[in-house]
Amino acid sequence: MFQQSFFQLGQYILFIKKVFQKPEKLKMYWIQYLKELASLGLNSIGIVFLISIFMGAVLTIQTGINLENPFIPLYLIGYATRDSMILEFSSTIVSLILAGKIGSNIASEIGTMRVTEQIDALEIMGVNSASYLVLPKIAAAISFFPFLVIMSIIVGVWGGWLGGCVLTEVLSTGQYIEGLRYYFLPYYVVYSLIKTSVFAFIITSVSSYYGYHAEGSALDVGRASTKAVVYSSVLILLFNLIITQLLLV
Amino acid sequence: MIKIQNLCKSFDEVEVLRDITLSFEPGISNLVIGASGSGKTVLLKSLVGLHEIDSGSILYDGRDFSKMNFRERKEIRKEIGMVFQSGALFDSSTVVENVMYPMDMFTQMSPEEKLERANFCLSRVNIVNANHKFPSEISGGMRKRVAIARAIALNPKYLFCDEPNSGLDPKTAILIDNLIQELTQEYQMTTIINTHDMNSVMEIGEKVVFIHQGKAWWEGSHQDIFETQNKELESFVFASKFQVHINQLKKASGG
Repeated sequence: MFQQSFFQLGQYILFIKKVFQKPEKLKMYWIQYLKELASLGLNSIGIVFLISIFMGAVLTIQTGINLENPFIPLYLIGYATRDSMILEFSSTIVSLILAGKIGSNIASEIGTMRVTEQIDALEIMGVNSASYLVLPKIAAAISFFPFLVIMSIIVGVWGGWLGGCVLTEVLSTGQYIEGLRYYFLPYYVVYSLIKTSVFAFIITSVSSYYGYHAEGSALDVGRASTKAVVYSSVLILLFNLIITQLLLV
Repeated sequence: MIKIQNLCKSFDEVEVLRDITLSFEPGISNLVIGASGSGKTVLLKSLVGLHEIDSGSILYDGRDFSKMNFRERKEIRKEIGMVFQSGALFDSSTVVENVMYPMDMFTQMSPEEKLERANFCLSRVNIVNANHKFPSEISGGMRKRVAIARAIALNPKYLFCDEPNSGLDPKTAILIDNLIQELTQEYQMTTIINTHDMNSVMEIGEKVVFIHQGKAWWEGSHQDIFETQNKELESFVFASKFQVHINQLKKASGG
């Protein structure tokens, strides 16, 4: 078990070393990067929008229900929604969702290329297949995920207003806005974006690793896809703890 | 010219290739035949470095590929074209993009020059009006021919074909065989073809190597096969009832 884990870790480090090599032709990598921006980034806007709006709404309603105390001002509901979205929901939860959507997509795409010998074809042409296939994905995810998180924060806060002020009328719009403006620390946004960039790297590199090392048949590609999602999610949770400890405590 | 000296390759405890010494000349079709699991594909993949060999050497016109580092191998690989059993075309690219890919990656040609070269390679393999189709939209035979067009796009010195006509009907298979032979002679490439198709052997087998139990068991031309006393080769060649029947007819007629 431990031996296998160390073997996997070593193989992952060698894989990352192979990914971060000088590109054969920058223009080709740039084209791939643009394609990945569309595939990994733009195609995820819909799901992030949907999740964030519901997350924000539920968060406000639940906080409102639990703060039914005359000594606690209602504007704190808006404050709690804002900070929860910034600190945890928009970065960690959205990344976990994206690990499922993008992680499985990457692992199955690269895994299929492996079992149909497309990766071998690239290697024989003299192309560093790991770098050509994976580096643009990592770059696209790291550069686009922060925008998704900022969008998620904005949409989540809007969803909170919809849920708390329009649908259930737990608090008034004025109270909600006062809460949103109360004791705002811009550093929390920076912390959230740093976390997101690390999660973007984890999702793309771990999923690519499992896809790249898939062997055999379609069944193995499916297994690689499952492993990619599971290990990406576990690593996101682990690094969430580590980064929080390093940057907030 | 490709020379293999004392090549050995094993996976875990299983020896797949055992002390293979061979040489392949340019301008002729070199066929490697053998039963499924005999080690043909492992030999081909070892030659291009997709499998690391345990011992021995592989010489590309005197350059020892087995002792090269990653960067040196990349340079040699630019001189290699390979046609995989499945074709291995890039699913997300069209036919013409597949053929243009090596030029996009390794040359400074203008888009017009690349398109012209791609169209020439495609016409060379008799593919017309399919430039904008995706691999999933064309037949198996066409996929193989597009793979050949991609393999010859950069005028390779060495061409490797892993069972290029498997899964094809006899007529299309012969077309593919003849095409590879023509291209080999035209560009004076060193071509190695893995096959277990006896039609291919009879059609283009200028040099035939029989691999059995991981060893180079027999070498000769397609004419020599009928005169061989090698029992393993005989049992491989005359395994089908059709071949047995032809052999009986030949013996009966004194041929």
